[in-house]
Amino acid sequence: MGHRTPLYQKHLDANARIVDFGGWDMPIQYQSLIEEHHAVRQHAGMFDVSHMTVVDVNGADAKAWLQYLLANDVDRLKETGKALYSAMLNADGGVVDDLIVYRRQEGYRLVVNCGTRDKDLAWMQQHAKGFQVSITYRPELAILAVHGPESIDKVCSLLAPDVAASVQALGNFKALESGTWFIARTGYTGERGLELIIPSEDAPALWDKLLTIGVRPIGLGARDTLRLEAGMNLYGHDMNESVSPIAANMIQTIAWEPASRQFIGRAAVEKHRAQQEAGELPCLTGLVMEERGVLREGLRVVCTVNGQEREGVITSGTFSPTLKHSIALARIPVGSTDCHVDIRGKLIPVRIVKPNFVRFGAKVFE
Amino acid sequence: MSSFPEGLKYAATHEWVRVESDGSVTVGITDHAQELLGDIVFIELPKLGADVSAKQEISVVESVKAASDIYAPISGKIVAINDALLDSPEIVNSSPYGDGWFCRIVPSDKSELDELLDANGYAEICE
Repeated sequence: MGHRTPLYQKHLDANARIVDFGGWDMPIQYQSLIEEHHAVRQHAGMFDVSHMTVVDVNGADAKAWLQYLLANDVDRLKETGKALYSAMLNADGGVVDDLIVYRRQEGYRLVVNCGTRDKDLAWMQQHAKGFQVSITYRPELAILAVHGPESIDKVCSLLAPDVAASVQALGNFKALESGTWFIARTGYTGERGLELIIPSEDAPALWDKLLTIGVRPIGLGARDTLRLEAGMNLYGHDMNESVSPIAANMIQTIAWEPASRQFIGRAAVEKHRAQQEAGELPCLTGLVMEERGVLREGLRVVCTVNGQEREGVITSGTFSPTLKHSIALARIPVGSTDCHVDIRGKLIPVRIVKPNFVRFGAKVFE
Repeated sequence: MSSFPEGLKYAATHEWVRVESDGSVTVGITDHAQELLGDIVFIELPKLGADVSAKQEISVVESVKAASDIYAPISGKIVAINDALLDSPEIVNSSPYGDGWFCRIVPSDKSELDELLDANGYAEICE
């Protein structure tokens, strides 16, 4: 038996198929992955993501420490509630994890991945020496993500009128706190929506109320097809400790200025940036295959760079329920053209596109 | 729970076989197989007219989650294929033993049928 979230019984009640996910018993799907996917693109769906890791950071040096720990700069969080996506790098410029950091009234809240919990917490402790900072893991909190065009209205219909008005007015990548509830306009689907970080004991009742007003439970299977359509990276697949953020389409999340800010991995990723400009480091891009078949993680990509045959690899691939053909993220040489994917020995042509396929229910690439 | 209809024969690789009155056999994949695969999005159908041997790959099923080879449960000639699966592969999810059939084979050696499992035997290996 794995770890279980406070909503485990609710998943069983909704006929979930439960799988092991990083040591947690989590719902992979309820009835149909594709129907769940469409429910989020067209209406509203809810995901139990309580397996993810909430870490609160406080103390006099909280800001200075995060400026050292993260490749993005928390100085960009000019107001309370603002959120930032960042990589946490090792000294070689590999990605220890990717995370969201929110600025709070006092201190910061980080949400990091599930499978990386132990190593992340150890990494943070190890690099906190000399900083006046407290790092608090918050396992007593549940996280419910509610996404889709109708999601915000549905959640707001359950909130007190004044809180609902504030949530309706909340900008993208911003959060507010109401009592013990932390409500953020962030997510992993490419749709409007909220992530609610709440005490575990509040989660089952909220789930039931959302179910009653037509918010559909969504499993981890559709969470993956939704995030891939949105072109969002998945840790451990599209990047890991041996992959530079520069080779994982994360260059925009590195704050290079001020040049005086010494964050962990800075020297390495500066070198990687120069290597990529020289064509020596690959890039992460989107692939589209309109023929029948499905692109899968690990498949070999064959492409041409300056007349020479070169290779790359698919890091995430799926069938896109919205587009009705296959899409993938792939790490390939910079300047690649004439791309093919080796599917069971056959080289199938694919198109290279920006790694962003679907936003707000619609196709976004040419 | 998966269903295992009586009267069908089953291969351990999750195909079913129904013997028709004309001596041909209809082949599909089991309810258990479609459940494991989840939403099916593409099917590469067996080749009409092909002579196949038992345990030979005859088809590929792609679901959102995985690609899976389908094997001939019996040797013989493929005399019919279910074209409807090309445009509507999800029929295999909704009706694995009915409209979701894959092909019909005229067996070259009927004794091979005896090597297949009955419903109970197949249900046991699915546990």
